[in-house]
Amino acid sequence: MNYLEMNHVRKSFGDLEVLKDISLTVQQGEVISIIGPSGSGKSTLLRCATLLETMDEGTLSYLGQAAVTMEQGHSVYAKPAELDAIKQCFGLVFQSFHLFPHYSVLKNLIDAPIHVQKRPKEEATQEAMELLEQMGLADKANAYPHQLSGGQQQRVAIARALARKPEVLFFDEPTSALDPELTGEVLKVIKQLAEANMTMIIVTHEMEFARKVSDRILFMDKGYVVLEGTPETVFQSDNERMREFLGKLQKE
Amino acid sequence: MSFQVILSQLASGMLLTISIFVLTLLFSMPLGFFVAFGRMANNKVIRFLTQLYISVMRGTPLMLQLMVVYFFPWYLFHISLGSFWRFPAIILGFTINYAAYFAEIYRSGIEAIPKGQYEAAKLLGYTKAQTFLRIILPQVIKIILPAVTNEVITLVKDTSLAYTLSCIEMFSVAKQIAAAETSMLPFAVAALFYYLFNLLVSLGMNRLEKKMSYY
Ligand SMILES: Nc1ncnc2c1ncn2[C@@H]1O[C@H](COP(=O)(O)OP(=O)(O)OP(=O)(O)O)[C@@H](O)[C@H]1O
Ligand SMILES: [Mg+2]
Repeated sequence: MNYLEMNHVRKSFGDLEVLKDISLTVQQGEVISIIGPSGSGKSTLLRCATLLETMDEGTLSYLGQAAVTMEQGHSVYAKPAELDAIKQCFGLVFQSFHLFPHYSVLKNLIDAPIHVQKRPKEEATQEAMELLEQMGLADKANAYPHQLSGGQQQRVAIARALARKPEVLFFDEPTSALDPELTGEVLKVIKQLAEANMTMIIVTHEMEFARKVSDRILFMDKGYVVLEGTPETVFQSDNERMREFLGKLQKE
Repeated sequence: MSFQVILSQLASGMLLTISIFVLTLLFSMPLGFFVAFGRMANNKVIRFLTQLYISVMRGTPLMLQLMVVYFFPWYLFHISLGSFWRFPAIILGFTINYAAYFAEIYRSGIEAIPKGQYEAAKLLGYTKAQTFLRIILPQVIKIILPAVTNEVITLVKDTSLAYTLSCIEMFSVAKQIAAAETSMLPFAVAALFYYLFNLLVSLGMNRLEKKMSYY
């Protein structure tokens, strides 16, 4: 069964067509990296997949449950109750964390499991503590987000997403807001998740990281998936746009 | 006339002043939220009407609004509600005026919350009501506390406007005594009362602000 399936997705903002016929299928345990120049539609793709944006055309399903179907050439969304159930399947880690500043680290992790998923508080707390341990943040459970470094905040955000036990986890440039010396600690955590067989779709500008961690890489440009394949095939491709993109990165 | 006698005569007026203050806050603070939501509504008509309401409330004197509220049953329906209507009219007048001010404060606070907070909440599965009550509102309260404090302090002083409708709140009593006794002392006592009242309000709000400064 496909954990995520998107077919022929199109999305425009006014006259600007940002996604032009994108399809993406992800199996259990796969790690997919999405790379590409700024403005190519990577974030928009993640936002459509996580229901933050509505797509104009195309379909979307998680673990065989349809969230979006096509009828007469247009996307049709499932009923709110069905979408609520499907939302339990995935989580998203943002570039700028978006932790809840008025909640302690622990409460950031357990609030949704308790109040949305209605799980017992003891169980949620115990699992949250285990997650924090895994993230190397066990001693920060009672701290508030503003007391943490960016790297620590991002690890809390990852733990918060994991606390709901999603099947698929999306990352939108998880390290772009971080100083270089803090990037490593976040990438390490993501790598651990990959080793633990978490299904992940990661938008990133960290090419070395993408090469090492990904099963498959998608290179997007101007709203299209230009290249898709294993890290070797994508990075060694002689596709003109890909070479141009890598060349620009090296100059930076 | 001694300080103590003046104080005891002012006491009944003080009680009225405090009632106006408490009741106005009690009604206008929640009402302000509905007005703020109307002001931010997607529906154009609702948005326009609330905007009009807010601009009238903020653009005309409170004194005039109190008189309009007091006299409108007579002018519109030729009903005379008599003195029974006086106190409710005062509370109603103050409430609709202060709700407009609170609404604008709430709106500025709500709009100051980054979009990412809503998106994070949505992804975690919170309902709209949960998102507002658990995530947005606590942050809004912290942001708006200083502006609300200002408004509350203004209200303490504005209560004296109730005299417009011949409501014998504390300041009216002070004026009566001052006129009868040709003495400034009642005014001094009244000033002291307003000052202490506001000092209490400020201290209370400061404590609240401190309590919210943990993040
Ligand atoms: N809400 C929006 N309204 C209008 N235009 C938008 C909106 N969101 C994105 N766009 C436009 O869509 C295009 C793709 O944006 P998107 O954020 O998906 O790119 P990206 O690949 O994530 O880029 P980056 O690497 O800079 O994050 C851009 O031209 C952007 O200006
Ligand atoms: Mg982006």
